[in-house]
Amino acid sequence: MARIISILVGLFFTVALLWSFGNGAYLAITEPAPATAEEEFHKHPKDVSFASDGPFGKFDRQQLQRGFQVYKEVCSACHSLRLVAFRDLQALGYSEPEVKAIAAGFQVPGIDPVTGEDALRPGMPTDYFPKPFANDVAARAANNNAIPPDLSLMTKARHDGSRYVYSLLTGYQAQPAELLKEFPDAKTPAGLHYNPYFANLNLAMAPPLSGEGQVSYEDGTKPTVDQMAKDIAAFLTWTAEPKLEKRKQTGWPVIGFLLFATVLGYMSYRTIWADKKKKKKV
Amino acid sequence: MSFPWAKHYTPTHPFMQWMDEKLPLPRLVYNSVGSGYPVPRNLNYFWNFGFLAMACLMLQIVTGIVLAMHYAANQAVAFTSVEHIMRDVNWGWMLRYAHANGASAFFVVIYIHIFRGLFYGSYKAPREMVWLLGVVIFLLMMATAFMGYVLPWGQMSFWGAKVITGLFGAFPVVGEGIQQWLLGGFAPDNAALNRFFSLHYLLPFVIVGVVVLHIWALHIPGSNNPTGVEVKSESDTVPFFPYYIAKDGWFIGAAALVYCVFVFFMPNALGHPDNYIPANSMSTPALIVPEWYFWPFYAILRAFTSDFFIIPAKLMGVLAMFSAILVWFFLPWLDRSPVRSSAYRPLYRKFFWFGLIPAVLLLGYCGGAHAAEPYLMLSQIGAFYYFAHFLIILPIVSAIERPDPLPFSITEAVLGSDDNALLGTAEGSPHDTPAPAA
Repeated sequence: MARIISILVGLFFTVALLWSFGNGAYLAITEPAPATAEEEFHKHPKDVSFASDGPFGKFDRQQLQRGFQVYKEVCSACHSLRLVAFRDLQALGYSEPEVKAIAAGFQVPGIDPVTGEDALRPGMPTDYFPKPFANDVAARAANNNAIPPDLSLMTKARHDGSRYVYSLLTGYQAQPAELLKEFPDAKTPAGLHYNPYFANLNLAMAPPLSGEGQVSYEDGTKPTVDQMAKDIAAFLTWTAEPKLEKRKQTGWPVIGFLLFATVLGYMSYRTIWADKKKKKKV
Repeated sequence: MSFPWAKHYTPTHPFMQWMDEKLPLPRLVYNSVGSGYPVPRNLNYFWNFGFLAMACLMLQIVTGIVLAMHYAANQAVAFTSVEHIMRDVNWGWMLRYAHANGASAFFVVIYIHIFRGLFYGSYKAPREMVWLLGVVIFLLMMATAFMGYVLPWGQMSFWGAKVITGLFGAFPVVGEGIQQWLLGGFAPDNAALNRFFSLHYLLPFVIVGVVVLHIWALHIPGSNNPTGVEVKSESDTVPFFPYYIAKDGWFIGAAALVYCVFVFFMPNALGHPDNYIPANSMSTPALIVPEWYFWPFYAILRAFTSDFFIIPAKLMGVLAMFSAILVWFFLPWLDRSPVRSSAYRPLYRKFFWFGLIPAVLLLGYCGGAHAAEPYLMLSQIGAFYYFAHFLIILPIVSAIERPDPLPFSITEAVLGSDDNALLGTAEGSPHDTPAPAA
């Protein structure tokens, strides 16, 4: 009886699945899903390597400082970095007085010490990076109805994040003629910019790194667009995962200890079981 | 409970004798995971995963309790509090990565444990209750993992909660009411986040309780083994301590190595990047998927794309998804083959390796992909086999199959002869029976 019920229930589900499969197959043949511009022209991030890659990866502090400079002079005009505090910058190799000076260079929201009214004051190391816009409405109003996302976690919030940031910044180009020929409706709308590394190919952000020499690096590195894009991607890798180095450095002793303990454990297992194993024929 | 030849606990130290009279806790340990618990001597490494699952549960509870000390279950700050753990709490990043990857490790282990039971017929008499309690544990684990994934309040947390609670909305008449009752509102919100946190903290301890019952029920008949032949004499068993403590001990080190490679060197490999974007009810992600361990069931849910007579497609999907797990409750009564181990079931073994395993892997692959062709048709094929396997093939095969000859005893299977078993030699036990395929 149990088995008859079981087979009936089984038939119920399998027949329903066949019905769905049949309908799906019929639709797939009669009305195949049209190709989309995104499917054909979206590109995966470029292959570029960073000092922090790999199990032994470490940040290149000089590069992080350059990336921070790009953030400060270019990105911070529109993008917030709300999870990073000025005190965190010591990890980039800045000394305490340098961090104090950097913080003081930013105006953060505070109160007027006399009247108690809202006012701006110079930042302190304990402050977080200030937001460029007071709220989302202001951000939309200033950016063609798009909100510039916070960058703190950007390299963890996208597939292949560090490479994605680099590719996006260096990936702006004119819309390919083949795309327009094949998908006339997919023409980049006014106010948006074509970029094959962006999921839907058109984004509101204008190319932020416009040309060589947009920033002038103190360490003498040549500020090409490619270099600036790499530096900011490295910096954002740090903002997303400031404990990355500590994590990898902790990992190795842990793996080493576990290997040692596991080998010891395996040897004692062999010893304990020696008399229970099948004796080999001589 | 246990076999007549099990060693007896005889404390020699006066303190232990005193203790044994007042509270025989050492006696309980001795009889359940010590020298007083005889276990089949031929268990292979698939039998290590029960112990590993217990270790995972402990790991999750310990890391989870410390994380809860720093986490704030409030819609406004939940996401930031998780980042506070990652950035400012001492070793917070390690605790969180250990907990997030610990959930994945737990599911890897539990899936191997479950399929071990399926292959070797561990669900059959006299171990039905062990199996039923195990399915209950799995359901509790799924609920706990789902609610845990909501807590960081990222995009995938929010939309995952919306989709999964939305499933209850598929039931006619009462569905919408149930959905709103579960969420405490019309959409995931502070009320939902708070109750999910509360339950995410509670359920692991419920799991501990059911695990105690699971092990208790196991200790009455004792462990199954790769031959599926019941223990007959003392030579078929070894005491749990030191034999299986030593085996579990080194194997847990090996498993921890794999786990630590994830925690320290690729902690986000199993997660979805969208969950590093704060929850936003106004922006739907391009692809809403649960964590990888739910993908096979998610694929079954989405496989039903057409209404079936009067039943809407969505309701069919929900019924099928729940049934895909509930069917496990009935296995002991659907599989009537007296032979437990598939090592001696030539026909069923083929369906297991070439049917069930590929179907589940296919479903897992499709569950993580976009709900579009060809993934839908592939999930329909996978789900078709899944239901056919348990509800149609298993009952029929167990009736018509002619199993291979079983070894006379576990000892014979291990050593090639069983000198202790006089009955075996007297009847001319099939010494020439080939050793079972592992």
